[in-house]
Parts: sequence; C-alpha cells; structure tokens
Amino acid sequence: MTAVGTGSGTYTPRPGAAPLPRMIGAQAALETKMLLRNGEQLLLTVVIPTLLLVLFGSVDIVDTGAGEAVDFLAPGILALAVMSTAFTGQAIATGFERRYGVLKRLASSPLPRWGLMTAKTVSVLVTEVLQIVLLTVIAFALGWSPQGNPLAVLLLLVLGTAAFSGLGLLMAGTLKAEATLAAANLVFLLLLVGGGVIVPLDKFPAAAQDVLGLLPISALSDGLRDVLQHGAGMPWGDLGILAVWAVVGLAAAGRFFRWE
Amino acid sequence: MRTEPVLQVQALVKRYGDKTAVNGLDLVARAGVTAVLGPNGAGKTTTVETCEGYRRPDSGTVRVLGLDPVRQSAALRPRIGVMLQSGGVYSGARADEMLRHVAKLHAAPLDVDALIERLGLGSCGRTSYRRLSGGQQQRLALAMAVVGRPELVFLDEPTAGLDPQARRATWDLIRDLRADGVSVILTTHYMDEAEQLSDDVAIIDAGRVIAHGSPEDLCRGGAENTLRFTGRPGLDVGSLLKALPADCTAAELTPGSYRVGGKVDPQLLATVTSWCAQHGVMPDRISVERHTLEDVFLELTGKELRA
Repeated sequence: MTAVGTGSGTYTPRPGAAPLPRMIGAQAALETKMLLRNGEQLLLTVVIPTLLLVLFGSVDIVDTGAGEAVDFLAPGILALAVMSTAFTGQAIATGFERRYGVLKRLASSPLPRWGLMTAKTVSVLVTEVLQIVLLTVIAFALGWSPQGNPLAVLLLLVLGTAAFSGLGLLMAGTLKAEATLAAANLVFLLLLVGGGVIVPLDKFPAAAQDVLGLLPISALSDGLRDVLQHGAGMPWGDLGILAVWAVVGLAAAGRFFRWE
Repeated sequence: MRTEPVLQVQALVKRYGDKTAVNGLDLVARAGVTAVLGPNGAGKTTTVETCEGYRRPDSGTVRVLGLDPVRQSAALRPRIGVMLQSGGVYSGARADEMLRHVAKLHAAPLDVDALIERLGLGSCGRTSYRRLSGGQQQRLALAMAVVGRPELVFLDEPTAGLDPQARRATWDLIRDLRADGVSVILTTHYMDEAEQLSDDVAIIDAGRVIAHGSPEDLCRGGAENTLRFTGRPGLDVGSLLKALPADCTAAELTPGSYRVGGKVDPQLLATVTSWCAQHGVMPDRISVERHTLEDVFLELTGKELRA
C-alpha cells in the first residue's frame, strides 16, 4: 500500500463551510427548483387554484352573494394558494425528504438546521409570489377590482404562511411520508370546501360557522376578503387567529419534528 | 503520518428502547483507512452514526477529530464527509445537480466535473435520482461524501451491490483519498475490501469491538495456518512430527498428500523441506494456506446465521 501523503494532491483536505448566505441561497434555489419540477406539486399549487378561479369566476355555480363573483373568489383563491404551498406542498415534500434521508444527509453537511428551515421558507415565499402574480393577472382578466390596504394583505399572507408552514412541518416531521401525503391532501380538500375559499361560510349552519371560522384557512380567506372585497382596515380578529395558529404550529413543529 | 487519532470512542453505550445496540464499545482510529466489520445488527451503523453526530450516546464519550460530534457539530460538519447506506438525495434531483449543490455548501470543494467524470456519473445525464441504477446512486453518495474536501470520510457499505467495475472505481478512489491524507472510516461486509484497503480493521460483534489490528496482525494472530505438500505415499509422519516444533501437527490425509498444521513461518517451511531432503523426498505442490480475514471473522463471530 502506498504511504499516506504520496498522492497527487487532488483530494488533499481543505475543509470549510461556505459563507452562510451562499449556503442558504443555494439551498433555497434547489428547494424551489425541486418544487417547480414536481408535477403533483404544480397541480396542487398552480393548476387547481387557477382552474377554480377561472371556473367559479366565469360560471355561476356557487352563490357568492352580491357583487362580481371574482371579487368574492379572488381573495379565497389567494388564501388557497398560500395553503397549497405552505401547508400541503411543504408537508408532502418535507415528508418525503425525511423518508429518503435528504434531511439526514443535509444534517451532516455544513448547512445548519435553522439554515435549512430558512431556505425552505424562502422557497415557499418565492413560490407564493409566483402563484400570486399568476392568480392576480387571471383575476384582473376576469374583472377583479380589489380594494383596501396592501400592507394588511401582506401581513395576512405572511401570518398565513407562518401558520400553514408550522402545521405542514409538524405533519411532515411526525407522520410517515405516505400518511403525510394522504393527510395533507385530505386536509387540503376539506379546508377548500369548509374554509370559506369558494363556498361562503354563511352557507353552513350557525354552530358550524363558529368552529369553521377559527380555522387558519377561514381566517386567511375571510381577512383577505374583508380587505380586498370590502376595503376594511386591519382585520385584527383574523390576524389574531392566524398568529395563534402560527405560534402553536411552529412551536409544536419545533418540539416534535423528527429528522429521520 | 499523523499519529493523533481521528476517532476516539470510549465505553460507548447506545440503546433503542430495551435493545442495546452498542454495549461499551472502545475504538481508536488513526489516520488512514479503518474498516469496521461485523455481522448484521452488530452495532456498526449505530457506532458510525454516533460519530457523525446523528445519535446521542447514552453513555461513554465520542471524539471525532478531537470534537464532540453532538455539541461541536457546527465545527465538525465541514471537516467530515458522510456517505449514508442509502438515500440522501432529493428524488427529483439530477446527479450533477445534487453534487454541485453539496459542493456549494463547502468553502473549497473539489472540481465537480472531474469528480463526475472519475466516478462515471456523466452518463446519468438528465435522469432524476429515483430513476438512477443502484450503482449510480451509490457512486453519487460517495461523490457527495468527498466533494467538500473533508479530512475524514465515513463510508457506510460503499460498495454494497456494485458491479465489479464500479467496485474497483470505488476502491481506487479510497486509495487516492488515503494517499492524499484523507482518513476513511469504512463499514463493509466484504472481507477482501477490508483486507485490500485498510490500515486497520475493527471487528464488532454484539455492540463491542472484539478484535482490532492491521489485517496482517489479525490474520496472523490466533488462527493456525496450514502447509500442504504431496510426495510419495507412506512417508514416516512420526519422524516428520519429531522434526517440527512441539505444537505442530502432521498427517497424511490421502496417500501421498500431507498436511502440516501450526504457526507457519519461514522457519517451519525450512524445517519441512530439509526433512524432505534428508528422506530423499521431492515435495511437490508445496503450498502455504494463510488464514484470510474471512476465516478470522468467522472464527470470532461464529458461523451460524444471525437472526
């Protein structure tokens, strides 16, 4: 056997972590690329919200109350878009990353865990921006006339993202990947129907309305609707509900998330 | 060669529920290649994963490059390279994409194109990870472990399921790593792999190290070796036995076929041939059967199948 140190020098150790911003940037870029490449994810995050907006915005299927249907629908569909990316998409992707040892492998790389989580959040936000641009363009084409304070909208979207991310990561970090896949899709469907996205909450019995109104999707769609459709100021009640979900969800995810 | 240990494990205990996976394990690995051998369930992967910082010891101490893998993880991670037994890659990522990504997490990575070329990953093209062959997935995992130019590389069964060409390529890379001063901790089921590549071998069974040393030392120690020759039938075995050292054996197995057992060294070989010369015997087909690492391994860990 040749002696140590007689090699060509190609592999001579030069260990070191890349600068943190570069690591997080690279991780966020890769996560976003993986998400946009995944057909099932695109169905969930792009195709379904777009179809619902176009279908319900141009055909009178659900009674959406007074005014243009799109003025009622667009805020709900924006809420759905946030949920599809921050909750359903992130839960499924992270669940399978955990299952296939991606999280485990990255945990021994120089990227710290909080850096990985930051990158995931950046990737979710980038995807949401793309969704919101697309859906806004379509809504305008359907005659949407939004009102209200853009800052309130931004705050709702950010808190909604935090709330759904916490719940999605909690699911991905505790359940099996297959269970996460099934449960995340089921929850998506249930909240789509029962969360005031396309069906107004006042179509449900009064008792159910009180409970449904506390769901993060209802708070987000209701808050967005208050601002964008009715021109309300800060929807503090809905922001409060989202904040509670965000704190509880993220804390539980932080506590119970298992990396492998 | 550096002599300070790259790995120091003392009295490591790791339990999963009421099952003890590692039971007071001591292991010191120095610069170079250390192979960790053991039957399935012996505690190899648990030990290695504790060194990588994945598991917290229930008791005992672990130091890797002088650092605590759990508490000093941030300082340690850039200095080590990890190849998991399986997985570790986004199912939708391409091989080159994933390798370039891991390279970006390091300050001074290897030339990714050269590494892709060297490990034959160029043919993976635009295929996503989940559609790569098992061998391609293994080679990608190996590339990911070395691309950051680490000081110490952990390879968990790096050639399991590889075809002979890929196995050679992996061996060659491990030899080059060693020559360039990278230390390697290698778990494997292949005795020839351990024999060919490693400076040191640790055999683990039931959560403890039961033998540790260079492959030569392990093969020499304990086990008896055998010398065989053929000559004319009916030689006086008793006379041969008298010429040999006390603890040797000699027998005519079949007419004209003789076996001498004992510590086979040059002296013993000379004794046998000079006895033959004295008795006018031409020993044909004289052969020394050295114990292989596999013999030693089976002797130490038993031949019966494990649950």
